[in-house]
Amino acid sequence: MGGVFHAAILFLVAAGLQLVFGVQKIFNLACGSFYALGAYTGVAAVGYFIGRGGSPALFIVPLVLGGLAVGLVGFVVERGLLRFVYDRDETFQLLLTFALVLMLEDLIRMTWGAAPTSTGGLYLGYGQAHVLGTVVPVYNLIVIAASLTIALAMGWLLTRTAFGRIVRAAADNREMAEALGVDLRRVYARVFTLGTMLGTLGGALVIPATAAMSEMGIELIVEAFAVVVIGGLGSMRGAFVGALVVGVLRSLAIAVYPELEMLLIYLIVIAVLLWRPRGFFGAAAA
Amino acid sequence: MRAPFTVLAAVGAALLVLPQFAAPYYVTLMLPFMAYAVVLLGFNLLFGYTGLVSFGHALFIGVGAYTGAVLTTRFGVRQMEVVLLAAGAAAAVVAAPVGALCVRYVKIYFGMLTLAFGMVFYTFLLKFYRLTGGDEGMRMLRPSLLGQEWAGFSKTAYLIGPYYYFSLAVLVLATGIMWRIVGSPFGLCLKTIRDNPVKAESLGLSVPRHRWYAFMVSAVYAGVGGALLATPTGNVDPTLAYWTQSGNVVFMVLLGGFSSFFGPILGAFAFIFLQDAVMSVFPYWRLVFGAVLAALVIAAPGGLMGLIGSIARRSPFEAARS
Repeated sequence: MGGVFHAAILFLVAAGLQLVFGVQKIFNLACGSFYALGAYTGVAAVGYFIGRGGSPALFIVPLVLGGLAVGLVGFVVERGLLRFVYDRDETFQLLLTFALVLMLEDLIRMTWGAAPTSTGGLYLGYGQAHVLGTVVPVYNLIVIAASLTIALAMGWLLTRTAFGRIVRAAADNREMAEALGVDLRRVYARVFTLGTMLGTLGGALVIPATAAMSEMGIELIVEAFAVVVIGGLGSMRGAFVGALVVGVLRSLAIAVYPELEMLLIYLIVIAVLLWRPRGFFGAAAA
Repeated sequence: MRAPFTVLAAVGAALLVLPQFAAPYYVTLMLPFMAYAVVLLGFNLLFGYTGLVSFGHALFIGVGAYTGAVLTTRFGVRQMEVVLLAAGAAAAVVAAPVGALCVRYVKIYFGMLTLAFGMVFYTFLLKFYRLTGGDEGMRMLRPSLLGQEWAGFSKTAYLIGPYYYFSLAVLVLATGIMWRIVGSPFGLCLKTIRDNPVKAESLGLSVPRHRWYAFMVSAVYAGVGGALLATPTGNVDPTLAYWTQSGNVVFMVLLGGFSSFFGPILGAFAFIFLQDAVMSVFPYWRLVFGAVLAALVIAAPGGLMGLIGSIARRSPFEAARS
């Protein structure tokens, strides 16, 4: 079950990565940094809430709100930086997101210091449940359910709403979408903000069960990277399946042979890239 | 591309006499600069000349550095010449299969594959504690240079004296060889492949094969640079092979200017000394460097060489490929 919890978080970050890649064709290395940003904001929001006498049982409210609110930074990043490089070579786009990784890592260190912070044992307040013969904190189940809900909501948003149709049109064929009167600037700004929010929310949700560290962002990006490669770049379903594969395999490997943990995942990534560069659900041509 | 001979001669002379005038601290800073310069020369054969951006080049820096550490500590091989040859050879051995697989793809897929291979090596270094020392890494013992032990030298005296000149010689040699490579028919083939792979193919060039050769050469350079890098710190650890290290390599080349032969060397120099300068006044160098990188990408993709070129108006500004 630990693997599924991890997969639920990974899905959120990877979904943000996929959304941005699918529409804007930018591989956002900074999605891990957004995740870290969400985590620290979550800790801060919960700390503030508890400090002001909020009920520990309701800690999840400031956590989620904090995570979503800091996601708005995506709007600033898109308008302030990314919009200048849409017509550039993808190397430069990749490097710009790498610049974001560098900046955000130090911004987090400047704001919250280098020592790990956490919300303490608050999340155990929800009690524990017995699932399939193992003991799992109820909080983990809530996160898994939330992630599933978000997955369904994303599916609904992309396939059933006008906004989703426009997003998919822009992903399929920019010029055609623009010729049909789609304001790409607005679509890009919204898509990137939404993608960022998915990442920051993922970070906020993971944090009660672990501790926020300044390296968490650059560590997560390589896992999210594995998820999207296995699932297929730009595909939501791919993010879902990829996250499950990576999350579960990782916890299995830790249980069986710890040395193999990430090694196994990267080897799978390489195998997928070599035999099926589109991943299992990717449609975009290599 | 055209670097006036006088500038080159002046720079060379300055490098030769530097240890006599500069404070030892700045001379020791020159050592990672020269090591990275070797790495970047090779990297730019792939990036600037062949048009492939590796996001896993730290893999070969790591291979080179760990080769040096293993040879000096486990096998008692202390001759730096042997270490450098072995580091280059080890990098080539790793690069042969990795490169053969990676060059089948271009653009983002090439970048992702190299990143994945780099992370495989990183996790190997981190997790196989008994072989690699895990996150603590391994010691790199002081190597002998040209058969001399330099036993009477303190660590600093060794580094700013013999080791400085040794590194400089390696850099000059590496630069000379690379100059020949990019000017050779092989180098011209690479540029053709970068600019128009379809046309290159129809002219009878084997595109994957040439990309593979370029990959191998760049890996050998990274291996040699990695081994050079290990001696001044005296220790190698897995962060040398982490993906952010690969990102920094791309950053340095962009900083110097990838469309110029000497750009990468300038980039390594600017990166190392800028990092030192920023860190001495402000602990958060990544914030500053991130901003610098963002500004470079948006406003000056030609890097420092591009800026120099456009200021001097000697040649029309070479715009970034898109």
